[in-house]
Amino acid sequence: MTTHLPTVASAPPPTRNPRHRLPQPPSARRRKGWNTAWGLTAWGAGLFFFLPVAWMVLTSFHSETDAATNPPSLAAHLTLSGYREFFGSATGQSPLPALINSATASIGSTLLVLLLAVPAAYALAIKPVRKWRDVLFFFLSTKMLPTVAGLLPIYLFAKNTGLLDNIWLLVILYTSMNLPIAVWMMRSFLAEVPISILEAAQIDGAGLLTTLRRIVAPIAAPGIAATALICFIFSWNEMLFARVLTGVAAITSPVFLTGFVTGEGLFLAQVCAAATLISLPVLAAGFAAQDKLVQGLSLGAVK
Amino acid sequence: MSLMSRATSTTARVAASSRSPGPEPRTRLARTGSWARRAPLLPAMIFLVVVTQLPFVVTLVISSFSWNSLDPTSRHFAGLSNYARVFTDNELRSAVGTTVIMTVSIVAVSLVLGLIIALLLNRAFLGRGIVRTLFIAPFLLVPVAAALLWKDALYNPNYGLLNGLLTWVGQLFGSHHPAQPDWLSTMPKTAVETSLIWQWTPFMMLILLAGLQSQPTDAIEAARVDGAGPLQIFRYLTLPHLRRYLELGTLLGSIYIVQNFDAVFTLTSGGLGTANLPYSIYETFYQAHEYGQASANAVVVLVATIVIATFALRVVSSLFREETQR
Repeated sequence: MTTHLPTVASAPPPTRNPRHRLPQPPSARRRKGWNTAWGLTAWGAGLFFFLPVAWMVLTSFHSETDAATNPPSLAAHLTLSGYREFFGSATGQSPLPALINSATASIGSTLLVLLLAVPAAYALAIKPVRKWRDVLFFFLSTKMLPTVAGLLPIYLFAKNTGLLDNIWLLVILYTSMNLPIAVWMMRSFLAEVPISILEAAQIDGAGLLTTLRRIVAPIAAPGIAATALICFIFSWNEMLFARVLTGVAAITSPVFLTGFVTGEGLFLAQVCAAATLISLPVLAAGFAAQDKLVQGLSLGAVK
Repeated sequence: MSLMSRATSTTARVAASSRSPGPEPRTRLARTGSWARRAPLLPAMIFLVVVTQLPFVVTLVISSFSWNSLDPTSRHFAGLSNYARVFTDNELRSAVGTTVIMTVSIVAVSLVLGLIIALLLNRAFLGRGIVRTLFIAPFLLVPVAAALLWKDALYNPNYGLLNGLLTWVGQLFGSHHPAQPDWLSTMPKTAVETSLIWQWTPFMMLILLAGLQSQPTDAIEAARVDGAGPLQIFRYLTLPHLRRYLELGTLLGSIYIVQNFDAVFTLTSGGLGTANLPYSIYETFYQAHEYGQASANAVVVLVATIVIATFALRVVSSLFREETQR
């Protein structure tokens, strides 16, 4: 890409259009040339990064024989057979229960997280308790400890209480996994509510519920949505807990995905179809909320 | 755990004491009783303590037992003998090394790549929004799906895309036997790291791009007028401004990459020296059924994490010092 630069920069200036009252100085034109080169570089790098994803989607629409060629066949005819096989036309094992389990665990835990995190964030941002920083750091510190270190006791507990292979256990665990991050995020979003408005409302005699509904909720709504989105993504993606604590009835999509590959025969198109389909909810949600994703993932430190 | 929270509260106190002394800005709102204020906090805290902290205590207890679940009658108190084995166990030592190398290299490389891409995207050009979307896609793939994609569709020695591209390049130069390496068995660690760098670079890019876009333009213009070149501007203006964003990316990236399980499990099943700590503990407990040993390993990892996390929290606390001045 950089090889084009000298040409652009040293190109002879074209005859100036007399209608332009302010002709561009050569430096501005050079900068414009730079910008074109810059844009091309960015496009090139972006496509390079996207290539594996594009390859996955393309392969998912190929037949198994076309998917397994070397050199790769780009112009092979497209078919839905990979997706049909993923939905169980070959093995008879339907992915639907796993998808439903994933949805239950993700949506259920996200709702529970919000239920717990919103009041906590209120107590940390709107009417802060004393030493609220200590509390906030306590929440983050639980996120830093390796989950795998608590896995065995949780497994033994589940085994003895009959909660093994039960999707509601995952709902609880995913809630604890996302709660610290959610509290941090929600606190930073609620901290954006101006104190003066809250005081004004209090002087005007607005009760707690009215204040929450009419003032806090409208300002914090986008933040709540972003928090929910990120909790949803992390729960949807989780595999270690799901793998150890579920077996048959409660398996989630990532676990289904790992068990899906038998290693016999050609399976590339199927795998790509499965990977595409299972990533689809996260991709869709993530693309729809790119900007909020940044603010949320940086725990509100980056505005 | 109490060790940890004590350390963090010291950190937070340092942060708090650095504020100017004076009346709390929220005096008018501060009149409600302190228990009424604490109440909304309690459900979340109790929930977290029960679900995440209690298991660690149990882990600590189990770690003092010799306990193989396949032989339940043999379970007996073993004192610290599991711990003695932790420090002589080659597998665990190699897992520690692997975890450190993986985390450091993945965080470092994806930070640098993320910075370069963020700088690219910080300029106006045609279709910038689309390019940003292209870059984000890897981060939004389900980790297991991404790992399977790399394993089967890219690294596969017979018909993966990488060797397919090599065939094409070979044909271009008239070679009939281009190199067709088996990526996963010849360079397992690099292969795992590459797939994770690919997933985490977009994350770093997003944070750094937000940092770049929050940089005030007037200082840059002034520097440019004064004759500073782009490299000087980057070195003396942009990089210092990005410091806290780089720190934030490092911290959050480390939290998640240290705990990575999916990629190691899917790509290599922990073989060929790629087993990191989460994987090796999983294996000791889930496959070898050595409950006591697995717990001792976990406790050692836990203590090490607490030490590292205490430093990390100090960094976050400095990051949020400015922001928490309200």
